[in-house]
Amino acid sequence: MAQWEAVIGLEVHVELKTNTKIFCHSSTEFGGDPNTHVCPVCLGLPGVLPVLNKKVLEYAVKAGLALNCKIAPFSKFDRKNYYYPDLPKNYQISQYDLPIAEHGYLDIEVDGRTKRIGITRLHMEEDAGKLVHQGTIMTTPYSLVDYNRTGVPLIEIVSEPDMRSPEEAKAYLEKLKAIIQYTGVSDCKMQEGSLRCDANISVRPVGSTEFGTKTEIKNMNSFKALQKALEYEMQRQIEVLEDGGRIIQETRTWDEAKGVTVSMRSKEEAHDYRYFPDPDLVPVVMDPEWVEEIRESLPELPDARKRRYVEQYGLPEYDAMVLTLTKEMADYFEEVLEGYPQPKTVSNWMMGDFSRLLNANQVEITSCKVSPAQLAELLKLIDKGTISGKIAKSVLEDMVETGKAPAEIVEEKGLVQISDEGELSRIIDEVIANNPKSVEDYRSGKKKAMGFLVGQTMKATKGKANPALVNKLLSEKLQ
Amino acid sequence: MSLNRMTAHELHELMLKKEVSAVEITNAVYSRIDEVEEKVKAYITITKEQALETARRVDEKIAAGEQVSPLAGIPIAIKDNICTNGVKTTCASKILYNFVPPYDATVMNKLNARHAVMVGKTNMDEFAMGSSTENSAFHTTRNPWDTERVPGGSSGGSAAAVAAGECIVALGSDTGGSIRQPAAFCGVVGMKPTYGAVSRYGLVAFASSLDQIGPFTKDVTDCALVLDAICGHDPLDSTSVKYQHPDYTQYLQNDVRGLKIGVPKEYMAEGLDPKMRRVIEEAIVTFSNLGAVVEETSLPHTEYALAAYYLIAPAEASSNLARYDGVRYGYRNVEADNVLEMFMKSRSEGFGDEVKRRIMLGTYALSAGYYDAYYNKALKVRTLIKQDFDKAFEKYDLLLSPTTPGPAFKVGENTADPVQMYLQDIFTLSVNLAGIPGISIPCGFVDGLPAGLQLMGKPFSEGTLLRAAYTFEQNTEFNRQCPAF
Repeated sequence: MAQWEAVIGLEVHVELKTNTKIFCHSSTEFGGDPNTHVCPVCLGLPGVLPVLNKKVLEYAVKAGLALNCKIAPFSKFDRKNYYYPDLPKNYQISQYDLPIAEHGYLDIEVDGRTKRIGITRLHMEEDAGKLVHQGTIMTTPYSLVDYNRTGVPLIEIVSEPDMRSPEEAKAYLEKLKAIIQYTGVSDCKMQEGSLRCDANISVRPVGSTEFGTKTEIKNMNSFKALQKALEYEMQRQIEVLEDGGRIIQETRTWDEAKGVTVSMRSKEEAHDYRYFPDPDLVPVVMDPEWVEEIRESLPELPDARKRRYVEQYGLPEYDAMVLTLTKEMADYFEEVLEGYPQPKTVSNWMMGDFSRLLNANQVEITSCKVSPAQLAELLKLIDKGTISGKIAKSVLEDMVETGKAPAEIVEEKGLVQISDEGELSRIIDEVIANNPKSVEDYRSGKKKAMGFLVGQTMKATKGKANPALVNKLLSEKLQ
Repeated sequence: MSLNRMTAHELHELMLKKEVSAVEITNAVYSRIDEVEEKVKAYITITKEQALETARRVDEKIAAGEQVSPLAGIPIAIKDNICTNGVKTTCASKILYNFVPPYDATVMNKLNARHAVMVGKTNMDEFAMGSSTENSAFHTTRNPWDTERVPGGSSGGSAAAVAAGECIVALGSDTGGSIRQPAAFCGVVGMKPTYGAVSRYGLVAFASSLDQIGPFTKDVTDCALVLDAICGHDPLDSTSVKYQHPDYTQYLQNDVRGLKIGVPKEYMAEGLDPKMRRVIEEAIVTFSNLGAVVEETSLPHTEYALAAYYLIAPAEASSNLARYDGVRYGYRNVEADNVLEMFMKSRSEGFGDEVKRRIMLGTYALSAGYYDAYYNKALKVRTLIKQDFDKAFEKYDLLLSPTTPGPAFKVGENTADPVQMYLQDIFTLSVNLAGIPGISIPCGFVDGLPAGLQLMGKPFSEGTLLRAAYTFEQNTEFNRQCPAF
């Protein structure tokens, strides 16, 4: 049986975080009452005209530069013509043959290898509105349209077909999201739709240089969905080909519930969008000085930050990668370091218990009640011997829930570590007296019995005993 | 002379001298409308109450000794494709029969700020597509010089209203001749400004790269006054040019000595009514006698202009008119079973034949596989036509031609053959393709019907056009003649 590989390219739509829409002054705010963030321009009323929001251009250029693209000195807007009720003009203003940015790339890491994925182009366009059905689209007696999202600025980023596995595709999307988030031009929230991804995928025998017939996959609403959909589609195509069949060029939608891709329309039914230059907008001529200004305004990007974490903080590659995956995480990390300058310890806590608690409570790091200074404070309490690492974990749990300062929680709950040798000695004597069997075992060479006695001591102190001291005292007393 | 026959600048003087009030002027116009509108049918909507209120305010201002603009209290008719806040704007189409814009076009904001008095909204060819106003979904406007004849189009209502004294001045729009041709047919002054001189915000788009709003007036002085009021950069229109326009009235000088005028031979050739030719030749003599240097010149790509125009304009229109689908406003077929059917039925029933014809032409021209052969090629021809003009303007200050091949034709005469109708614009549409300004002024009569003389200039040379037009007007009698009825 031949070995197959996938050929994958992604088309990613990113909503830009401007205050106003791409061609008018309406608000871009997410989630207002239907049709409250609209004006004659974004509603496409007769006679209105679009005027490009300069911030959109700035953000698109910023994203383009962050993705190592060449910024076009001359680009233009075109009309993509198609009829749909959520599209008030029945054409979308987009960029066709002269996009604002082209020829970029980003680097991904899969299985410890770095791979460069090409970015074909990045262009600006307006978002469409939303249809609200009563029930399903097929049975609804009527549909309502919400135009709040109409005219929200988007950039579409098209990759080269450089990815060879679903895993690489996921890594690309994660990296793309990280880079865009770092630039601050978008929130990139897949759940809210500010980051959307379509994929083109074909398969071919490993070693072949030709492309197979591709399908386009839509409706993947998470990183996991992207990977699962592509894994499914790859397998589906392989099976078709191995059965002597032929792949039909078509658009397929990912059915998350059933875990399958389903045919939507074939190429024959594809639209002829009749693109032509939008005569209502003037060409975009970029001032090279402005491009340089934007370039200089770029923050440190994930790759550079990761390198710095390895070099400056001596962190392992893996830690550096995880910590820099989102700007928020990395910013938080560095703020913790300001109060507690031990990178590896902070990294362990952030990647371990802290991340676990955030996930469990479904909070974003940005909306987390624990400030970086408080986390640093907690780690200092461990160092001072006030609490043990184990107690610290439960304190952190309380911190995430309540937002209280660690010292306050320790105080309230009486969690201060028992480091008083006299007090501990008394408790240990009791433990020894109550567990003659274990003491016997230990003395007869079963060193494992020591663990049990330590456990009993911790239990007797509700975990507050200083573990190092317990070990020391027990050893002495059992000699 | 009755008030409604006078010009804006004459009425302005009278108002300042308190010899007449704005309310009296407005009432005079509405009396005239009562008298002749049944025959002319220039209007779709009349806004009398609002007009009288504005007029009263102007009178108060004048009484209080406040400074008022030259257009304050002047009754103005507005083509029904210019959006007017709270007043129906139909584009003479069934598909917008009930559309009331919640905003004013930029030109309306400018006119309102100057307290011009809007008389009503004028009839037109549906979506400005036509040369006779016969394509209105509501009624055909008649030429006040001969009501058996068309007023021209597409701004036929505005031209007829000025000629019939149903307003003092008017606004129209010009995509391929839609101001100049009806101005010529109705014996009034009509100007298409340089593309980008007047904001298109609020002008319902036909062909965005060609459309311009411009004035209809009884004389060149009024033309300068209206142009002054409506032009200027508008941040709401990306294609409006950042240009500090001069006070156009300063160009109203009776002097064309040394002005170099070229007469493109392609505009004096085949298809031109011989009587029209004679009138134009007389105008040439007049200019020569006044000291201008008039020579024959050539715009060699003229013969391709019509074909290029009828690809570019419909292509843009096919996209511009896509928004009329029955979803948000305007006409909707309510019997459709699903959204696609609703789109199709609403559009099939809402648009007239000519509009459908152009949507189909344009859709075809932009379709995959045809784009390069049609739309793209038309854009190349457009560039060549522009270059023709650039070259001519290296040598000449102005170009001169007839506005139309002949005088106003009879209602129904050209409706059977679209191409015959398209040929009406043969002398005007190159100006739109090139984006340059053009003006049509009365220059004589052919069989008792007005003839129009077209002057064309380089971009933003409206001043020069006005100077030449004004000089011609001061030395001839044509613009002082009114239809007898």
